Amino acid sequence: MKTLILRELKLSLRHGADTTASLLFFIIAGTLFPFALGPGPTTLAAIAAGIVWVCALLAALLPLDRLFGADFEDGTLDLLLLSGLPAYGVAFAKMVIHWLTTGLPLLLIAAPLAIMLRMPAARVPLLLLTLLPGTMLLSLLGTLAAAITLGARRAAVLMPLITLPLMIPALIFGAAAVTSPHPAAALYMLAAMLCAALPLAPLGAGAALKAAAE
Amino acid sequence: MLTNVSFSLSAGGILVLRGANGAGKSTLLRALAGLTPLAAGVLKWDGEDALHDLPSHAKRIAWLGHLDAVKPALTAAEHVPLAALAPVGLTAYANLPARLLSAGQKRRLAIARVAASGKPLWLLDEPTTGLDAASLTRFSALCESHRQGGGMIIASTHTPLELNGVSVLSL
Repeated sequence: MKTLILRELKLSLRHGADTTASLLFFIIAGTLFPFALGPGPTTLAAIAAGIVWVCALLAALLPLDRLFGADFEDGTLDLLLLSGLPAYGVAFAKMVIHWLTTGLPLLLIAAPLAIMLRMPAARVPLLLLTLLPGTMLLSLLGTLAAAITLGARRAAVLMPLITLPLMIPALIFGAAAVTSPHPAAALYMLAAMLCAALPLAPLGAGAALKAAAE
Repeated sequence: MLTNVSFSLSAGGILVLRGANGAGKSTLLRALAGLTPLAAGVLKWDGEDALHDLPSHAKRIAWLGHLDAVKPALTAAEHVPLAALAPVGLTAYANLPARLLSAGQKRRLAIARVAASGKPLWLLDEPTTGLDAASLTRFSALCESHRQGGGMIIASTHTPLELNGVSVLSL
């Protein structure tokens, strides 16, 4: 699995367009809100956490259709399934790759965007704390959706339709944790969702990969 | 749908699958690899059900499908060890991104990956597609070397291969 992750990381670095596109989308989408709502600090500060969460969610969807799509088209998926790793192991490796190349960079640039949106500086660490499990959940559920829609026509359209509804609970608790005076409960909920998705999403994605390869 | 297919292969054996387009050569190869589940029947390895534990079965198989599984952004040397490029005549292209290789060169790179795998059973689906005469000779030499080392090959190909110990299964 380590070999697979390192190889995929090398490919992502050579093919940095996916990560760059996600980050640019994240920044541009976040920047649009002050234009639409006005630059009033009170208004923006009240909804900054929600904006950052929604923008991160949408930005993380962008590279998902190529996560397995390229491997499916060039025959690499067969080799991955014959690598000796179980299919869920291949899916988990892809989830790790998605988080390292999309989730982690989004997490790193979330703080400047939040400050630009007038979020109180004291709340920024809490935002990042919610985005840590949040982006991981996104990678798990997004990869599951990418595997399910692999080979389907209009997969890029189907993928958000599967992923976004599944992410709604995380979005609710993630954004609420930042604005709530008692964020612990929402953080525990996010952690619980991550714990549930961690074994289930790779298993589901692995089964979907095997079905796609047939 | 393939029915009534039965064969056995011993160490050092080569089986060539022949048949018209759509006869099921690729389907059979994929089933042997465990990529397509068998609706009925059994694949045995040393007398035991080989497909019972797919990850273990995969460790015996070097796979070459219709597609080369070559990544355009990686160099030839990043796909296979440098030493594996010489037998397919790609040493001079070791540091070239694979996107710059011709279709035949990509096929040779895919063959090099199979040869470098060290796995006992090669499953090759139309391995000679796009190969010129010199490359065909190199490919035959690799197959012969694998066979002499006790390896097994099952290949679907329309190209006559100048190899020893080849048996043919017509579908």
